[in-house]
Amino acid sequence: MSTILIFTLLSLIKIAVVLVIYLTAVAYTVLLERKVVGRIQNRWGPSRVGPFGLLQPLADGLKLFLKEDLLPTEVYRPLYIAAPVIALACALTSIAVVPFGGMSSFHGVQLFDIADVNIGLLVILGVTSVGVYGIALSGWASNNKYSLLGSLRASAQLISYELALGLSLVGVVMRAGSLRLRDIVDVQSAHGLLSWNFFGGLQFVGFFIYLMAAYAETNRTPFDLPEAESELAAGYHTEYSSMKFAMFFMAEYANMITVACVATLLFFGGWSSPFGHLLPDNLGGPVIAALLPIGWFVFKVFLFLFLYIWVRGTLPRFRYDQLMSFGWKFLMPLAVLNIVATSLWFAWRTTLHP
Amino acid sequence: MYVVLFFIFAALCVAGALNLLLQRHPINSALSLIVVMVSLAVLYLLLGAEFLAAAQVIVYSGAIMVLFTFVIMLLNAGEEDRAKSTSRVASAAGFPGVVALVCLLSYVYLSEKVHLGTTALGDQLVSTSALARVLFRDLLLPFEVTSVLILIAILGAVALARKEQN
Repeated sequence: MSTILIFTLLSLIKIAVVLVIYLTAVAYTVLLERKVVGRIQNRWGPSRVGPFGLLQPLADGLKLFLKEDLLPTEVYRPLYIAAPVIALACALTSIAVVPFGGMSSFHGVQLFDIADVNIGLLVILGVTSVGVYGIALSGWASNNKYSLLGSLRASAQLISYELALGLSLVGVVMRAGSLRLRDIVDVQSAHGLLSWNFFGGLQFVGFFIYLMAAYAETNRTPFDLPEAESELAAGYHTEYSSMKFAMFFMAEYANMITVACVATLLFFGGWSSPFGHLLPDNLGGPVIAALLPIGWFVFKVFLFLFLYIWVRGTLPRFRYDQLMSFGWKFLMPLAVLNIVATSLWFAWRTTLHP
Repeated sequence: MYVVLFFIFAALCVAGALNLLLQRHPINSALSLIVVMVSLAVLYLLLGAEFLAAAQVIVYSGAIMVLFTFVIMLLNAGEEDRAKSTSRVASAAGFPGVVALVCLLSYVYLSEKVHLGTTALGDQLVSTSALARVLFRDLLLPFEVTSVLILIAILGAVALARKEQN
């Protein structure tokens, strides 16, 4: 078989496998959220469908599929239908550049990522910034005042926090000297926990800025003003039902998972183990040695998803003016200060050890 | 392969630009402008400028066009009325003006063609660090002057928009 055929075939298989795992993860993140928030609020959460309620996502999906797909008469149809597609497509595309395991090639094709791009970090930022249109257009096309207010809030919030988000990553990029996600992880994998950007790279300020800006970007509590149910019914997706609503729902959770993946890759060493060389490199044969890093990656991503849910169960919502002044007057200057401090530190270090 | 991609996205770009002019609803025009910008980003990528392509998507289609749609949504701009908005001066001065501009540009291009470099569509990528070296070492002064210029423009906008305080 020619190389291009093998490449295409393997890429298609990779895309299919990652997509299935990603969508399953999205479904079970919803279940995890309902379970954990339930326990935080002193109740059980879903527990009837299957053992421990484990089949609940299946039942929810079936329900959403079978519900009637309402199309209100006053909506602007092309954009009303396109908006959830844009939101979900952008959310799913961003996982394509996320590497989730070490280098291991098969017939010259990398196994543990879909695409290895030189500017992977910028691709993720670009795709998520296009995803705003899904929310913005859905509110406008619905021809409903609640929806319009929700999507106006969403676009203003996303533009404001995108700046702080982008600036918070500059320190990480400076340390790696590259925008490629694999290079960024390689810089952090020398001495385990101690060389992660959060600890060894001294990027903890950058990490907290990223975390807060990313919560705002994904419209999660305490920044979920676009869908504040006490003021706006359901915000931008008030007029959506059935699968169209499900697409927005899936897009939100897919974005959460992408944010967790990026936080893991940029600040917590990606798939590298926290113990560094304390664990032998070829622990338990070649197959386990190749799969163990994926285990670390999934574990870290799971911790971030848990943090998301924990924050949702704990914190109240911001007021709108607080949201804006927090983003522009606190996070932005702090991110700029972080960049200045990091570059001074790097300059000082290179003059000490040239 | 590259030539095929070039023609697909160039056609998409021109089609988006035409659609931008022909659509009556401002939000459709804004969306066609996004299509134009994203296809331009793909053309940059085909020429090997990967950072420029990403910046084009993030800055233009991600931030600036969101502001455009934001304003259109906020003003709730409806469909424009073609019959009212055609002014005679515009059609009298516009078409000769466009022809003159195209003539001027093609004259400048043809007379300076010898001095312009060429580049090929293909695999060669300009790395971000090479771009940064040009931008922050060789062209540092123009770069910084441009950023000051943008700062002045922002300050001017703030000064104009500010309410008079009594």
